[in-house]
Amino acid sequence: MKDPVGIVGYGAYIPRYRIKTSEVARAWGWEAEIYRKGLGMEEKSVAARDQDCITLAVEAARRAIRRGATDPAKIGAIYIGSESHPYAVKPSSTVVSEAIGTTRWIHTADLEFACKAGTEAMYLCSRLVEAGAVECALAIGSDTAQGAPGDPLEFATAAGAAAFIFGREGVVATMDASLAYTTDTPDFWRREEERFPRHGGRFTGEPGYFHHTMTAARKLLEQTGMKVGDFAHAIFHQPNGKFPVRAGQLLGFSKEQCRAGLLSPRIGNVYSGASPLGLCAVLDVAKPGQKIFMVSYGSGAGSDAFVFTVTGLIAEVRGRGPTVEEILAKPTVQLDYTRYARFRSKIAREED
Amino acid sequence: MSTVRVWRERRQRLLNEVARCKGCGKMHFPPRQVCDGCRGREFEMKPMAQSGKVLTYSVIRVAPPAFAQEVPYVVAVIEMEDTTRLTAQVADVAPEDMKMGMKVRLEFRKIRSEGRTGVIVYAHKAVPA
Amino acid sequence: MRDVAIIGIGMTRFGELWEKSLRDLMVEAGLKAIADAGVDHVDSMYVGCMSSGLFAEQEHLASLASDFLGLGPIPATRVESACASGGLAVRSAFIEVASGLSDVVLAMGVEKMTDVAGDVCTAALATAADQDYEAFHGVTFPGLYAMIARAHMERYGTTSEQLAAIAVKNHANGALNPLAQFRNRITVEDVLDSMMVADPLHILDCSPVTDGAAAAILCPLELAKKMAKKAPVRIAGVGHATDSLALYRRADLTRLPAVERSGQIALKMAKRKPADIHLAEVHDCFTIAEVCAIEELGFVPRGQGGDAARSGLTARDGRSPVNTSGGLKSKGHPVGATGVAQINEVVTQLRGEAGERQVRNARIGLTQNMGGSGGSSVVHVLELI
Repeated sequence: MKDPVGIVGYGAYIPRYRIKTSEVARAWGWEAEIYRKGLGMEEKSVAARDQDCITLAVEAARRAIRRGATDPAKIGAIYIGSESHPYAVKPSSTVVSEAIGTTRWIHTADLEFACKAGTEAMYLCSRLVEAGAVECALAIGSDTAQGAPGDPLEFATAAGAAAFIFGREGVVATMDASLAYTTDTPDFWRREEERFPRHGGRFTGEPGYFHHTMTAARKLLEQTGMKVGDFAHAIFHQPNGKFPVRAGQLLGFSKEQCRAGLLSPRIGNVYSGASPLGLCAVLDVAKPGQKIFMVSYGSGAGSDAFVFTVTGLIAEVRGRGPTVEEILAKPTVQLDYTRYARFRSKIAREED
Repeated sequence: MSTVRVWRERRQRLLNEVARCKGCGKMHFPPRQVCDGCRGREFEMKPMAQSGKVLTYSVIRVAPPAFAQEVPYVVAVIEMEDTTRLTAQVADVAPEDMKMGMKVRLEFRKIRSEGRTGVIVYAHKAVPA
Repeated sequence: MRDVAIIGIGMTRFGELWEKSLRDLMVEAGLKAIADAGVDHVDSMYVGCMSSGLFAEQEHLASLASDFLGLGPIPATRVESACASGGLAVRSAFIEVASGLSDVVLAMGVEKMTDVAGDVCTAALATAADQDYEAFHGVTFPGLYAMIARAHMERYGTTSEQLAAIAVKNHANGALNPLAQFRNRITVEDVLDSMMVADPLHILDCSPVTDGAAAAILCPLELAKKMAKKAPVRIAGVGHATDSLALYRRADLTRLPAVERSGQIALKMAKRKPADIHLAEVHDCFTIAEVCAIEELGFVPRGQGGDAARSGLTARDGRSPVNTSGGLKSKGHPVGATGVAQINEVVTQLRGEAGERQVRNARIGLTQNMGGSGGSSVVHVLELI
C-alpha cells in the first residue's frame, strides 16, 4: 500500500503595503466606521506596482520548495489559480515553472474560478499524485484582486499567494478526503474585455457563499462520517471578516477552532489565496495528529472541501520558512487612496 | 526593448544564474566566455547567493518612459554574499530610508513592460532583508 | 612613428540648433577647420559620432560627411566609443598620420540630438550603458554617475556644495565663450535649488542635450612647420584605455581606471608629468565626473577632487585650470563632438587666441574624453611648437 498523499511543503507571501478600510471610505465620502464594523476588516494588503499574481506566486512557491526541501526536478505539474492572471492568453504557470527551476517535462495550467481557483489547484494536484501520474505537484492560489473605483469591493480586494507541494514523501499533512460542489450561479463575474468585476450585491451571500459552503461542508462531514468536534482547526473562504465566522457558527465550530485560519480582518480578501493562506496559517501552529477542515468558495459558483491530518513532520518543515505571523509582523507601508489608485493603475497618465 | 532579447537572458532574470570561474573563483553576472580576472575559459553555473548589501545607490526622479510611472525609485549596486555584483532596483523602501551598506535579499518582481499591451518582463529587485 | 601636429581647428556654435541638420553641422565644422588649416585637400577623414542612427536615423555617416564636404573619394571612417567618439576620431587620425599612411587627415566629431523627443534622446544615451543589466532596471545615466557621487561622498566627504561649485566655475568660463550653449553665470544656490534628477545630482549638475560639431586637421609636424598658417600644436601624447562597461563590475566605485590608464599612457608618451600641464579639458558630463577625472589624471590626490573648484585650484586663473571652455556643462555636450571640441579649446588656448578665457603662458594642454560611465577614455597631450 502506497504512502498517503498530502502536503510536503507550503509557503505564503503577503505584500508589505496596506490600505485601511477607513481610508477607502474617506476617499469616497462614506462613513468609515459603518464599513469597518460591517465588514469586520481593518485593512487589506495591496500589491505594489511591480507585483502581480505571478511575482507573488513565485515567492510563495520558492518558500514551499525550501520548506519541503523539494528538488524542483521532481515537480511534474504546476497549477496556479487566480482571478488576476496578468495575461488573458499566455500562462502564469510557465513563468513560475522557469523561475523555480523545474525541468521542461512538466504539465502546467492556469486556472480561474473566482476565489476558489487556488483550492482547485490543490484538488487537481492531490489527484494527480494519487493517480501516480507525477511524483510531486505544485498548487498555487495567488491574486492581486481588483474592485472598480467606488465599488465597496474596494474595501476587501487584497493581494497574496499561498503554495502547496503535494507528494507522498515527507508529508506534513495528509489529505484524507476532498470533494467539489459546483453549480452555475452568476453571483459575481467579469466579462472578457472588462477591467473590473461586477456582482449581484446581496445575491452573493445566501445563494452564493453560504449555499455552496454549507452544502459542501455538510456533504464532506457526512461522507467521512466525521463530526465538527473531530477537528482542531476549520478554515473557510473569507471575503470579509463576517462570512467565515458565520459559516463556522452555522456548522457548529467554535471561535477557537476557526481562529488560526481567519486572516481577512487583517489582510482583506485575497481571493484565490484567501482560504489557502488560512491553511498556511493553520499549518504554522497545528500539532501532529490534529485534523483540519477546509472549505473554499468561488463565485460562479462552487466550493472545494478538504480534510487534512497533520503529521509528526510538521514542526521540522514549518521551521524552514517564515510563518504567516512572521510575515505579518514585518513593517508595513500604509497607503493613502491616491497612492493606492496609482499602485493599482486606477489612475495613470494619459500616455501610459 | 526586444522581447527576444529579454527572453534570451531568462536564466539570469528568472534564476539569477551566475558563472563562477573555475580558475580564480570570480563570479560573473551575466555569465561570459572569458573571465576578466584570469582570462580563464571554464566556468561553473550556479544561482547567486540569496543575501547581499548595497554598495551605492541613487534615487531616480527623472526616468525613461518605461519607468516614468515608478518615480521616485531606488537603483543600487549590490554585492551578494558570494561576491557577485549586480545592479538592481531596491523595492519596498522609502527613498529617505535608504542607507549605504543596507542588507538586502532578492525578490521576484515585475521590472517593465511595453505599455498595457506588451510582454511583461520579470526579474529580481532587492528588498530590505 | 612621425610626429603629428594639429594645424587647423573649427567648430559650430553648440546649442539647440533647430535650423541645422546633422549634415549641415558636419559641413560647417569641417569647412572651418580646413580653412583654418589653409590646406587645399584632405587625404582621409574620421568622424566620431555616438548615435546618428538613433538620433537622425542616419548611419554611413563618414561617407555622408566626405560627400557633402566635397572631399572626393577619400577613405572616410566612422568611429564610436559612446561619449568618447570624438577623442577616438582624433586618435584614429593621429595614427594614420603618425604611421605615414596619410599626410592630411580631418578628425571630426558631431552629434545632432534635438530632432527627437526627450525620451528618445534619453533612451539613445542609455545605449552607452549595459542594456540588459543596467538600463534594463531603469538606471539612467545621471543615475550611474549619481551612484559614483554617493560612493565618493561616503568615502571622502565630498559634498553637494563642492559639486555645485564645479558647475558654477564652468558656467563662469562658458560665459566668456561665444560658442557655448549656456552663457549665463549661476550660483551654488542655483544648483542646489534646481530639480533633483537622480539623488544626489541636480539638473544643474548635469551636462545638457546639445547639437554641434567640431573638427581638426592633422598633418605630420615636418609638413606643418612648412605650411601651417598658424603656430602648429604637436600631439605629444595619446592614451586610450577601456574598462568594464558596466559600473557595477568595477572593484572601486569611486574610481575611473580607464581615465587613469589613458592619462598615464598619454603623459608617458609626451614625457610629461601632471604638474607640467598648464590647462586641461576634462569630461564633466556630470560634476562628479570632473572630480574623478582630475583625481585619475593626477592633478589632485585621490579623494581630494571634490574641493578643487571651490578652492579655486581649477579656476581659469587657478594653479590647474580645468574646462576653460565652459566644459560639457556650459559649452554643451553634443556627445560625439565633445572630444574634438576639447581639442579645439586647448589648441585655441595654446595659440593665445582664447580672448577673455586665455590662460597665461599656456604651452602644454591636455584633453580627456570619456565614454559611458567610464568604459572608455581617450587622453591627448598637446604642446605648442
